[in-house]
Amino acid sequence: MNGQTMSGQGMNGLALFSRRDDSVAKGEPLLTVENVSLRFGGVKAISDVSFDIRKGEVRAIIGPNGAGKTSMLNVINGFYHPQEGRISFRGQTRRRMRPSHAAAQGISRTFQNVALFKGMSTLDNIMAGRTLHMKRGFFWQLWRHGPALDEEIRHRRVVEEIIDFLEIEAVRKTPVGKLPYGLQKRVELGRALAMEPDLLLLDEPMAGMNLEEKEDMCRFILDVNNAFGVTIALIEHDMGVVMDLSDRVVVLEYGRKIADGAPDEVKASQAVIDAYLGVAH
Amino acid sequence: MSTAVPEAGNIPPGSVQASVTAAAAPASGETFVRLLDMHAIHRGDRPAWRHKDRGVWQTWTWAETRREARAMASGLAALGVKRGDCVSIIGFNRPRLYWAVMAAHALGATPAPVYADAVADELAFVCAHAQARFAVVQDQEQVDKLLAVADQLPELRGIIYDEPRGLRDYDHGQLHDLDQVMARGRERLAGQGEGGEAWLDAEIAAGRGADLSIILYTSGTTGRSKGVMISHERAIAAARSTSEFDRLTERDEVLAYLPLAWVGDNYLTFAQAMVAGFCVCCPESADTVSEDLREIGPTYYFAPPRVLESLLTRITIRMQDAGRFKQWLYRRCIAVARRHGEAILEGRPTPAGGRLAYALGEALIYGPLKNTLGFSKIRVAYTAGEAIGPELFSWYRSLGINLKQLYGQTEAFLFVTAQPDGRARPDTVGPPAPGVDLRIADDGEVQFRSPGMFTGYFREDDKTREAITPDGWVKTGDAGFFTGDGDLKIIDRAKDVGRLAGGALFAPKYIENRLKFYPNIKEVVAFGDGRADVACFVNIDLAAVAAWAERNNVVYASYQELAAHPQVAELLRRDIIAANAALAQEEAMVPSQVRRFIILHKELDPDDGELTRTQKVRRGFIAERYAPLVRALYDGSAEADITTEVTFEDGRKGRLSARLRVHDLGGDPQQARAQANGGRP
Repeated sequence: MNGQTMSGQGMNGLALFSRRDDSVAKGEPLLTVENVSLRFGGVKAISDVSFDIRKGEVRAIIGPNGAGKTSMLNVINGFYHPQEGRISFRGQTRRRMRPSHAAAQGISRTFQNVALFKGMSTLDNIMAGRTLHMKRGFFWQLWRHGPALDEEIRHRRVVEEIIDFLEIEAVRKTPVGKLPYGLQKRVELGRALAMEPDLLLLDEPMAGMNLEEKEDMCRFILDVNNAFGVTIALIEHDMGVVMDLSDRVVVLEYGRKIADGAPDEVKASQAVIDAYLGVAH
Repeated sequence: MSTAVPEAGNIPPGSVQASVTAAAAPASGETFVRLLDMHAIHRGDRPAWRHKDRGVWQTWTWAETRREARAMASGLAALGVKRGDCVSIIGFNRPRLYWAVMAAHALGATPAPVYADAVADELAFVCAHAQARFAVVQDQEQVDKLLAVADQLPELRGIIYDEPRGLRDYDHGQLHDLDQVMARGRERLAGQGEGGEAWLDAEIAAGRGADLSIILYTSGTTGRSKGVMISHERAIAAARSTSEFDRLTERDEVLAYLPLAWVGDNYLTFAQAMVAGFCVCCPESADTVSEDLREIGPTYYFAPPRVLESLLTRITIRMQDAGRFKQWLYRRCIAVARRHGEAILEGRPTPAGGRLAYALGEALIYGPLKNTLGFSKIRVAYTAGEAIGPELFSWYRSLGINLKQLYGQTEAFLFVTAQPDGRARPDTVGPPAPGVDLRIADDGEVQFRSPGMFTGYFREDDKTREAITPDGWVKTGDAGFFTGDGDLKIIDRAKDVGRLAGGALFAPKYIENRLKFYPNIKEVVAFGDGRADVACFVNIDLAAVAAWAERNNVVYASYQELAAHPQVAELLRRDIIAANAALAQEEAMVPSQVRRFIILHKELDPDDGELTRTQKVRRGFIAERYAPLVRALYDGSAEADITTEVTFEDGRKGRLSARLRVHDLGGDPQQARAQANGGRP
């Protein structure tokens, strides 16, 4: 038993997010995509797409299957390199970038298919998200005591905040492979959060969930956006979810942007209706 | 971080001693806040509260607890809480909600806890009835519920919440963050005048023993809940006598995991802790209770039979997954425990061979098992609330856990009877608790007078008059009798005991408890009053039956489908036949054997009004709601259709239809007895 005596206050989750970058004001573009085109050989996955993501908003990218949504996320994430166009994040323009750079700059993501370390516990998986923030090198870690341990305790505290936030205390020490799918998705969100991102990319966070799990996930996404001030870009198929959650929606079809705006505008757009329901030619 | 006790003769106002001196002056009886002051002096640096937060157990000593409670009191006073007000307290067990009780006491206000899982309407009823002017709540969930029914709560002046998550964008006109309230309280305490230390001491000194310490709303087994008023002096007297009875000291430790609004929680984790000065631990969340239990290892423990039952079910399921050798070892050791365990626990003579085998079993099975459950350090454990299956009760005792029964009521502030160490029986609830007088009325109803007896129902004098006899005895509504050695035996609710058409006694709860002991059966509702024979509804236990389905390759997609599976029906049929055989052993119960049963397609749920919040079956309501099924039980039909309304967790309603089979067990009890193969596995 850890009979550590402390007064029990001052452990405010929001304060623990130390790396808050305020170089971009709320409502200003955090990330801009300009005329981006992406080809795989002869296949044009994305052609000439431009949009922006403003700081503090929840931005949805939607479109029918094969519209290029995940490709777009991969481009933002630095996993694919577009042949044409420019992407600027916090005002800095880049052409080629590796995912690790994106991560270091404050972009983190979750995946369409859960990509966790199945044999590791929830705690360890989320701890893995702190790797970028670990400053002590290999030899300190090997020695463990002293600075490396202090550092780990500091990071563990942040991770515990996230566990508390996502209400996964009960599975803290359970290997994630044994968890139900909905909880695994939540752990993945936790790991992405542990990086203290400025921009969080969620690739179909609600896929394969039942109604109750979806409702929970929606609440967590809104809370992340609200409490941690994280900007969120998400891909989602459930239209109800998208329209409820997001501030603005961009619609892709066959790699082209066909609509962009507030959920209600997008819903009313004829091009979007045609894309989803098909149109007689 | 403990308070340094100042030198005598130079006592600043607000120091522990100043308030005790002030408190001692008016001989107006004891209150809980004064007990808090005493503990801060006598055991200031002993742990009083623990809470697992962010994965680490945080501890507050008695001195710190007193400081926190005072800061909260002064902060609440700044919001307008004053003497005579009622403060609702809603949430899961956490120190700050208990401190809110202490803070209310300090100001002379009356706390009225509400069940945290109550739906908005129930919440509205209790808060409105209690005329709560303030509510201290845990989180957004409770705030949302209160705001949803705000128009029914004209008295409500403010809501104070502990966890700010999700509440940032709410209108904070009447909404307050507890952190800020306490910070304000600390500032005020540091100053002079109103809200200062001296002012608060005077407020505490103005409290009287006859003041209300709490209003506890009954779970409402029989209609709308009633507010049971308990005074400080009576609560303290009751808690003191039972703490002495079980020799509770500051060295004890308990886990607070029962609903805050239930008398048992207020008694065991608040009143007794405030009297005996022991440490109360709050789990991290409702889902982590079993893990936290293991980490804390309480010495004093309470569990309703339902919890003990589900623990045993879990152990049984896990043992079925164990290897063959382990299963054999477990069976052998449990057999030894069954033979000698209780005798050893009660210090009765046991053969040396038995002692040796038991010691071996302790090393191999019982010890590790108790450790896994978090029961290693238990000195005293109680169960109550429902009758407990004799086998279940003996099972725990045979492992060396000093599990005892008590019989209690909200109106008695819990204890009416309690079994002393070494005299625990499964079928009786023991002799009267210290200071309690018991009598059986002519119609078989149990009546009592006790130190903790309630002073009345809040704002319902007519109901109070109904519950208390003119000569001052409280009617329990339970039927019972004394056994030869002076122990009380409860049969059932007095008004539930009926007769079969043949004139034989029909005690539904007794039959239900018999059946519920089988791991596959979660809930039973028995019918038979005025009928020729007994029939029942059964709920499968999802955990047990799902594990069975997995082992036997039974495929199902939902609870409904599993419950309707023919093989599941066969499984339950075997259990019920075995239970019938057990009933047939008892003279009075032979006619009460179950003849027909239906496996319900949905779990009985408090949200649908079928169970009370303390998970007791509301038989009358169920008979009405499932009337077509009850008809089918008795008119010989093989199937019945039913449509019921279900309430989802967010309060929306839906309809659920099903065609259910009526299972017949045949009419001949002799045959039933022959078919039974030894009862429980």
